Amino acid sequence: MNPEPRGAMLFTALLALILTVLPLPPYLVLVRPMFLVLTVLYWSIASPRVGGIALGFFSGLMLDVFQISVLGEHALALSCITYVAVREHQKIRSKPAFQQSLIVFAVLVAYESILFMIDGWTHHPVTSPLRWIHTVTGAIFWAPVAAVLNATNDRRR
Amino acid sequence: MAFGTGASSARGGSPGFRFAIYAMLSIVIMFLDQRGSWLERVRYGLNIAAYPIQLLVSSPSTAWRWMQESTATRDVLRAENERLTTRNRELELRAMRYEALSHENDQLRGLKDALPPVAERWLVAEIVDIQLNDTRKWVVVNRGTRNGVFKGQAVLDDKGLLGQTTHVGPWSAEVILITDIEHAVPVQIERTGLRTIAVGTGDSASLALPYLPANADVKVGDVLMTSGLGGVFPAGYPVGRVVEVHRDAVQPLAQVRAIPFATMNIDREVMLVWFREGHPAAPAAATSGDATSGNVGMQPQPAPPRPKPVAPIAAPSPAGQKGGATAARPSGVVTPGAPTPGDAAASPVKTPTPKAAPPPVPEPKDAEEGPPMEEDIPPKPEPKAAPPQTAAPQQPTAAPMVALGFSSSAAPAAPTAQAQHAAVMTAQASTTARTAAARTAPPTTRLP
Repeated sequence: MNPEPRGAMLFTALLALILTVLPLPPYLVLVRPMFLVLTVLYWSIASPRVGGIALGFFSGLMLDVFQISVLGEHALALSCITYVAVREHQKIRSKPAFQQSLIVFAVLVAYESILFMIDGWTHHPVTSPLRWIHTVTGAIFWAPVAAVLNATNDRRR
Repeated sequence: MAFGTGASSARGGSPGFRFAIYAMLSIVIMFLDQRGSWLERVRYGLNIAAYPIQLLVSSPSTAWRWMQESTATRDVLRAENERLTTRNRELELRAMRYEALSHENDQLRGLKDALPPVAERWLVAEIVDIQLNDTRKWVVVNRGTRNGVFKGQAVLDDKGLLGQTTHVGPWSAEVILITDIEHAVPVQIERTGLRTIAVGTGDSASLALPYLPANADVKVGDVLMTSGLGGVFPAGYPVGRVVEVHRDAVQPLAQVRAIPFATMNIDREVMLVWFREGHPAAPAAATSGDATSGNVGMQPQPAPPRPKPVAPIAAPSPAGQKGGATAARPSGVVTPGAPTPGDAAASPVKTPTPKAAPPPVPEPKDAEEGPPMEEDIPPKPEPKAAPPQTAAPQQPTAAPMVALGFSSSAAPAAPTAQAQHAAVMTAQASTTARTAAARTAPPTTRLP
């Protein structure tokens, strides 16, 4: 057992970031889940001591740079949801996959709500309802993403 | 799983503590990023970190294009060469004509020497193929401060204005397109010289001109040029073409849509332009410092919400629209409208009511509100017969208040200044009409 899968964590986060900014046709872009958010969530649930809030914060900062939002916006949102995930990681871990998906959906909605509020406060409102689509696809994609990340995690052990 | 059961407080304090620290850090960063430019250096650094990833992400499509280019057949290349030669000849001919015209123009202006073109230097940049924010219109180009690119620089493609740079890193720069919902370009209609502002709509094939009054001279097919105001873009560069002009009788402003000339979805290469300072067409140097932020945050929000208030207002009163449509030119009608009740009152019976109804111009509620004010009239003359000077002040004060109350409550999201102005004008018009009618006509016969 390797208690600190730090390398795997950073590598998968980078991969997820690349998946997040990969150019796609417009209709796929709308339904693309936020892979980086899912990955960060997975790591804060699976190994809360290694990743956790710091991983969330810095991933969010990178998202801010790539999505050209106000610096700190995604960082704050990701810090919040990683905090919840780290706090409740034992409860979430013990749930079956379907219930995990539901929890992830709720967390993603919370995440997007924080972004939505910050967008409003900073006078860059994006009121299109399309921005909420990725919460649903993110919940659907949670199981495969978690399975893939589990595989990398297991191989390391 | 395998990581023990403790509540993960082994390192760096409890999660709550760490969360508080990071959340506060985020909020401070956001605050600093919003106010002033203290975080420019941080952004610069983060841009450096992000650029390799951006390059990596865009590398497959770059490689694909490179492969396509290098494996292009001889026929394809020859065809392209022919096309480009033809195009070049065309452009040379046009440029010849342009030189002559420019010379003539300078002579007419009385300038001794021909002015050099306003664009001093060009730099071709490639768009990095990367998905930024889904809902916003941004691109990243592969030139940065190392190439002399600066913040707030105009970006064009070969057909027209494309956007301006916002954040500039050492090797890359972020460009906000003119179709982004937060971007606004000061433009001028080429045919008439009318200046206005073109705002992005978030749709890459459309710009909105939300600040043109309903009687503005704008037609489908008008070409929009940059007006040179605002300090970012020089004057005289093509922006787009008007494709839709919608004049609603109940709206003080026209709804005009234009399509940009620049082909934002197809472009692979764009041009960054440096302009000669002191040139008459150059963007004003005095404002160029803060104009970038001012220009980007020009509050284009009025553009999208405007259509919404139209529907509820227009829907309930279809009858009022005919009266409004006949009086579609607001300020023009009011003045001719005032004398007509006078000569109409010479034949006194009931003509004043329809005559006074047209001046309430731009909104149907004013048309509805016309009759009530006319109903005010019949009670008015009877007191006027006994004490004229007390009734006269009482009436005009009541009428504008009613008008303002109507307009501000019924059209909250509409441009209120204009609406109130129009309402005041109509109120004044109807009061003058009423006094004129009262002066000349024996009043009590007009009771319907």
